[in-house]
Amino acid sequence: MTAASLDSASKIYGTFAALRNATATFPMGTCTVILGENGAGKSTLLRIVAGLITPSRGTATVFGGAPHKQRRRVAYMSHAPMLYDELTAMENLKYFSKLHRSEGCDCAGSPEMALRAVGLDPTLTRPVGQYSQGMRQRASLARVLQTDPELLLLDEPFSNLDVKSSQHMVELLADFRTWPVAGGSARTIILTTHQASLAEPIADRTITMRQGQIVDTAVRQPA
Amino acid sequence: MKYARYVLDHLKKDLRLEWRSRDSINGMLFFVLLVVVVFAIAFDPASYPTMARQISGGILWVGLLFASMTALNQSWTREQRNQVLEAQRMAPSPASALFVGKALANMIFVLLVEVVLGPIFIVFFNLHVLGNAWLLALILPLGTWALVVNGTFFAALGLRARNRELLLPLILLPLSLPAVLMMVQATSGVITGDLDPIQIRTWITQLAGFDIIYTTVCVLFFETVLNAE
Repeated sequence: MTAASLDSASKIYGTFAALRNATATFPMGTCTVILGENGAGKSTLLRIVAGLITPSRGTATVFGGAPHKQRRRVAYMSHAPMLYDELTAMENLKYFSKLHRSEGCDCAGSPEMALRAVGLDPTLTRPVGQYSQGMRQRASLARVLQTDPELLLLDEPFSNLDVKSSQHMVELLADFRTWPVAGGSARTIILTTHQASLAEPIADRTITMRQGQIVDTAVRQPA
Repeated sequence: MKYARYVLDHLKKDLRLEWRSRDSINGMLFFVLLVVVVFAIAFDPASYPTMARQISGGILWVGLLFASMTALNQSWTREQRNQVLEAQRMAPSPASALFVGKALANMIFVLLVEVVLGPIFIVFFNLHVLGNAWLLALILPLGTWALVVNGTFFAALGLRARNRELLLPLILLPLSLPAVLMMVQATSGVITGDLDPIQIRTWITQLAGFDIIYTTVCVLFFETVLNAE
């Protein structure tokens, strides 16, 4: 079963090709780490899978359909915190959890759980604008985890984090993969980073990108 | 019902953000107060009460139109900071609920400014309303909605533009001209007492029609605007 796939996808801005002819599949239940230097096209690929941009050429599918039709099953975390500076982490998370509410589920309680899971105090009254970069990153991760996504897209999640916090995030992501999913499917993670060593413990597959192209795909053998 | 809950969530969020920062209301209030003071000095309304009554409706709405533009760009800037808008785009809730919530919040901000401005305006322009003053309770909200619904939409349209501060007045002012004409005619008619109630009601009905048409169009096209690359 495939969670997401790209078929000859390209993204061209004017005369600049941010992504060139990318073909990849992301099997359900796996964690794929996309490696590459700045400007390699990692974020563009991730944003196409998230449905935030459409490929100029080629196609992208998520759970067998158009990416923008799968909002309830997909969560995306960018390197920016995607939170309101004036609100506390709890207020931010409650607001976004309401936007994800579905019939019969108000996701009550999950913002607190998500904040505790990332090591933040839910009772903190300081607005997010006064948080350190690392705290913002963790609050941002809590924002995506609370929506209980089947496909989690993380763009440079370790940027702004020290080694200890990065390791904690990796442990948390490993734990997230074990959370049960309604309907019996498995959780999938696609993560971009230029720090390969940090993501190694959870990577099932690695994709290496250079100048907008996928240059290598490797499947990690279980130890 | 569910849609209304989403609108309410966005509205509450925008009111809370404004309460914490007070960027929009303070900016609008100072701007419109300056406009009133400058015009009051320029036209000397105490010496020419009839003329003051005739031009006060126009000054009020033009002042509010320009003042609201300062707040409208501000309301979307908050969404762009930290890429929060991308989180909004990823949310499964209807995109138009975000627009309606934000337009309602902007309407509340402008109405608050009008509440503060009203008494000051009356004093500075030495006004005595000669028509049915209660009609202003219809004209002010309808006129304010006409300004903010278009303004919120076109401020969102200019989100990815480099010169968005310039783009908003360039698009909004010509499109708002029919509404401004209706608001000014109705308001001046009430203040001067020159128009009979039937004529004033005609202007109010047209203003309500303008509001309905533009609200429908903005709600229908907002998702396209939000997801434009």
